[in-house]
Amino acid sequence: MGSVLTVKNINVYYGAIHALKGISLDVNRGEIVTLIGANGAGKSTTLHTISGLLRSKTGDIEFLESSIAHVPAHKIVAMGISHVPEGRRIFQGLTVEENLQMGAFVTKKDRIAHNLEYVYEQFPRLKERTSQIAGTLSGGEQQMLAMGRALMSDPELLMLDEPSMGLAPILVDQIFDIIVNLNKAGTTILLVEQNAQMALSVADRAYVIETGRITLSGTGEELSKSEEVKKAYLGG
Amino acid sequence: MNFLSSLISGLSLGSVYAIIALGYTMVYGISKMLNFAHGDVIMIGAYVSFIMSMHLGMNGWLALLVAMFVCTCLGVLIERLAYRPLRGTGSLAVLITAIGVSYFLQNMALLIWGANPRIFTSLFNGMAPIHAAGGQLNISAESIFTIAANIIIMIVLTLFVNKTKAGKAMRAVSEDNGAAQLMGINVNQSISLTFAIGSGLAAVAGVLMCSAYPVLIPTTGAMPGIKAFTAAVFGGIGSIPGAMIGGLILGIIEIFSRAYISTELADAIVFGCLIVVLLVRPTGLLGKKVHEKV
Ligand SMILES: Nc1ncnc2c1ncn2[C@@H]1O[C@H](COP(=O)(O)OP(=O)(O)O)[C@@H](O)[C@H]1O
Ligand SMILES: [Mg+2]
Repeated sequence: MGSVLTVKNINVYYGAIHALKGISLDVNRGEIVTLIGANGAGKSTTLHTISGLLRSKTGDIEFLESSIAHVPAHKIVAMGISHVPEGRRIFQGLTVEENLQMGAFVTKKDRIAHNLEYVYEQFPRLKERTSQIAGTLSGGEQQMLAMGRALMSDPELLMLDEPSMGLAPILVDQIFDIIVNLNKAGTTILLVEQNAQMALSVADRAYVIETGRITLSGTGEELSKSEEVKKAYLGG
Repeated sequence: MNFLSSLISGLSLGSVYAIIALGYTMVYGISKMLNFAHGDVIMIGAYVSFIMSMHLGMNGWLALLVAMFVCTCLGVLIERLAYRPLRGTGSLAVLITAIGVSYFLQNMALLIWGANPRIFTSLFNGMAPIHAAGGQLNISAESIFTIAANIIIMIVLTLFVNKTKAGKAMRAVSEDNGAAQLMGINVNQSISLTFAIGSGLAAVAGVLMCSAYPVLIPTTGAMPGIKAFTAAVFGGIGSIPGAMIGGLILGIIEIFSRAYISTELADAIVFGCLIVVLLVRPTGLLGKKVHEKV
């Protein structure tokens, strides 16, 4: 149960805006860890900093025992972190298959076919639509594509930013089932959600983030029983 | 026959615009900047080819290859030194820098090669024109090769961006730079490659253009640059087929205006057509709506 990811005291700014004020968290191998918090709390900023699109002014980020705080984003993927960004951000003008190929950009050639098969197994809907232009997929399918694309690089750690956003309840259930399945198959998951109830129900551990600070942490179960969390995020 | 020969001249000039427009449109697509120095890279390409063949006695086709190599390096260097440090700052800073690079190249050419016009020897010197329609229609070798070059370049480039890994990566970066990085795509490399391709093609355009219009001075690239930029906007900036169609239409409009309306008004008519198209279709003929990125 070694630590896969350790974030130590990161401070991130957007110009003058101090978005993350000393965030620390860690994710162990095999876990689902969730980061919950209100809109604007700093969840996406945290993920962007881990994947290298943003930089922290302080502290360190360690992935599999080596510091990635100064590694360029495109190399972090190759090290084993896949990030499904908020709003999916699939390549709208590319086909489903081309999107998946982009997900395999750093994947060794002899693994690509295997990973593609795995993704199609997880998301049979995508297989039926391989040559469809991604921008014409429904919201749920686009989320599946974004997740499938991220899995093409065989990640050690999968980071999901609000995968349930804008989806009908039935699709939300489906997406969460898939998250649990992926985790059972061995992928460590860092899940960002505004849907705290769902997130806590699948998470081993959770962190609560408020205006750039971690204010609470504990097991998923502990937090779903915490009065503070209930009041602020679970609607009573 | 006048009509047909004008049409062929228009297609030929339009092909030059199209090849130049590719550089504008691909660079705009991937880095959302207007590389106003692109026209001057054409001029540099023409000079390099001129010097190689006239002063060093190199075969014209070999000189073209050297010019392509020099321009490719120049394009990559310009991006690396002038534009990359400004990436992420306002687009106004980049625009002003591009104008600066344009003047820098023109003045560098002036310094190295002087203001006296050079008379470019056609790459197709000595090749006989084709006579058609019982000798009434002459099609120059320049026209044939220019039109053919354009077609070949379009086909190869379309295959490249649609079929190769590097080409698909370029499209991914064009759509969403951040998401592309999350795939492990080296965005800097993709952008460098785009500048390399655009600038190499600029050398081809320079040599083709000077083969048909042989007066070479340090500002030779400026006007065709602006017209090709217009063609790129006309066709829909960011779109490769748009550059092709925009370039061809622009070339035809220009030649027909000269032939049937007025030589003096030709440029005004060209830009007038652009304004009308943009009023009706703000994204150009084949342009897509630009998605605002979060
Ligand atoms: N590109 C940006 N420029 C300026 N401020 C930003 C930017 N992105 C996010 N912020 C600010 O940083 C804070 C954290 O945002 P974010 O990480 O997106 O929150 P969350 O994902 O938890 O909703 C917010 O106050 C937000 O307004
Ligand atoms: Mg967010």
